[in-house]
Amino acid sequence: MLTPEEVKKIAVLARIELSDAEIAKYGKDLDAVLDYVAELQQVNTDGLEIVSQVTGLENVMRLDAPELNEIQQEIMANAPAIKDGYYKVKAIL
Amino acid sequence: MPEDLAKLDLSELRQALDEKQVSSVELTTHFLDGIKKLNPELNAFITITEDQAMASAKDADNFIAGEGQNFPLTGIPYAAKDLFLTKGILTTAASKILENYIAPYNSTVITKLMAQKSVLLGKTNLDQFAHGSSGETSAYGPTKNPWDKTRMSGGSSSGSAASVSAGIAPWALATETGGSIRQPASLTGVSGWKPTYGRVSRYGVISMCSSTDSPGAMARSVKDLAMIAEVISGQDPKDSTTGEHEVPAYSKQLSTDVKGLKIGVPKQYFLDGMEDGVKQKVMDAITELEKQGAQLFSVDMPNTKYGSLVYAIVCPSEVSSNLARYDGIRYGHTTKEGKDLLDVYMKSRAEGFGDEAKRRIMTGTYVLSAGYYDAYYKKAQRVRRLIMNEFEEVFKTVDVLLCPSSPNVALTLGNAANDPLFGYIADQLNIPASLAGLPALSVPCGFSMPKDGMAPSMDGLPVGLQIIGPQWGEQKVFNVGYAYQQISDWHKKRPQI
Repeated sequence: MLTPEEVKKIAVLARIELSDAEIAKYGKDLDAVLDYVAELQQVNTDGLEIVSQVTGLENVMRLDAPELNEIQQEIMANAPAIKDGYYKVKAIL
Repeated sequence: MPEDLAKLDLSELRQALDEKQVSSVELTTHFLDGIKKLNPELNAFITITEDQAMASAKDADNFIAGEGQNFPLTGIPYAAKDLFLTKGILTTAASKILENYIAPYNSTVITKLMAQKSVLLGKTNLDQFAHGSSGETSAYGPTKNPWDKTRMSGGSSSGSAASVSAGIAPWALATETGGSIRQPASLTGVSGWKPTYGRVSRYGVISMCSSTDSPGAMARSVKDLAMIAEVISGQDPKDSTTGEHEVPAYSKQLSTDVKGLKIGVPKQYFLDGMEDGVKQKVMDAITELEKQGAQLFSVDMPNTKYGSLVYAIVCPSEVSSNLARYDGIRYGHTTKEGKDLLDVYMKSRAEGFGDEAKRRIMTGTYVLSAGYYDAYYKKAQRVRRLIMNEFEEVFKTVDVLLCPSSPNVALTLGNAANDPLFGYIADQLNIPASLAGLPALSVPCGFSMPKDGMAPSMDGLPVGLQIIGPQWGEQKVFNVGYAYQQISDWHKKRPQI
């Protein structure tokens, strides 16, 4: 069973503000998921490589060449707040 | 325009356009009229791109009138799941957090279709961020099933399935992560293709679970899917997971000859608790193929049961990483209440994400956090290897695997959460192939009565036959699906709406 403090810590790591009711709800859901997947711990996986790429590709390289892409305005147009062509954010501290 | 033209399959539409029996403007107008008439009831589209569609159609007609050779999909309308970025057009992922997001560029698949002068009709509804398999988690309301509007269309590609089923789009782009094409295709009676992982570029498709995300398509027949596959497949420098494998002329190599074809029937895919009617229709379809000369083999795949457990860890892990980009600063919903930067992140995400997205982010963040990563994520990725190895082993002795695409026909809206079948058994049929990156189809194979009954005037709801092949075995699954559609006409049945 996860404690409310543990759930709260996860929520802060995930950058989502949760109400006390939500902390209780997602805590319960998390417990249920962990119960559900517990069976995996019993599976013998000795000597098995983890799957990091399903079709077996490794280290796909490309030329590190700059390319002109003139969509700066379209990209910035989606920002809630901009100033002088920069994203505007609240104070960090 | 002759009414029956709009019911033609893609190769026939191609011919009609090439021979000037119909114009792209006429076709496009026809489908837009259908969308305007039926969408208020079906809720299959989030955005209808009427002006852009008419402009594209005129452009296509000019191109067709010119000297050059037409492309396979020139002038043919289509719909796109609202997970594909479309430049200058609202792209929401059916979420509130992206309710005002105008895509600044096109996904590779959309660029390929634009190069063919295809006509985008609009953006279709889905489970929010593709998190779901009922279409009900959309921030824009659930999609209704054209066969019975009190029922779901499945998901997450709910709107793509419903629009093709209702005949208001000749085909639609969709995406799969763990069943999101096969299951809704099955529930709405259309043909759906989930590609080999890396066959179709993910560039510009809003990410869910990056290691299984596979953009694909839904259409009226397997022949149509093969034609679409030739256009949208291929290596993309912008998606380094796409494979170098060349794209064969799938539609030209379709074969009806199934003599000697080795069909594996995995017993773990025919489970207690599945609807009897579904099992029966799928077995009937398999028997039909046997009569044509295919050989059946019962195969044992005991690791199948771990698929949904692995997915329960891998999927939220990747979701939590992918959704970390929604910061309320560069795009998407931002809070009005933020005091400082951290507070803006916390509140924007709290306000913008729906319940299921939050649940997956929380789960993913937990299992990836320090101290738990090895026990959960790494363990799951090792069990995933076990599942992949099992498929590899099985494909040494059989060509394809056949099974149901869904354990049930379409459920009544609002009932998914209470139906245990809907979660576990449905996952078991779809997720292992997704985790192993395999190509698969769902093709209509009959009708079955839902267990909660329906009007006696109805013959039941569509059932889907699933065809799974080895990695890059697109041609194999297309051939089996095509062969089946030459000896059946279930894919030609359309709802009365």
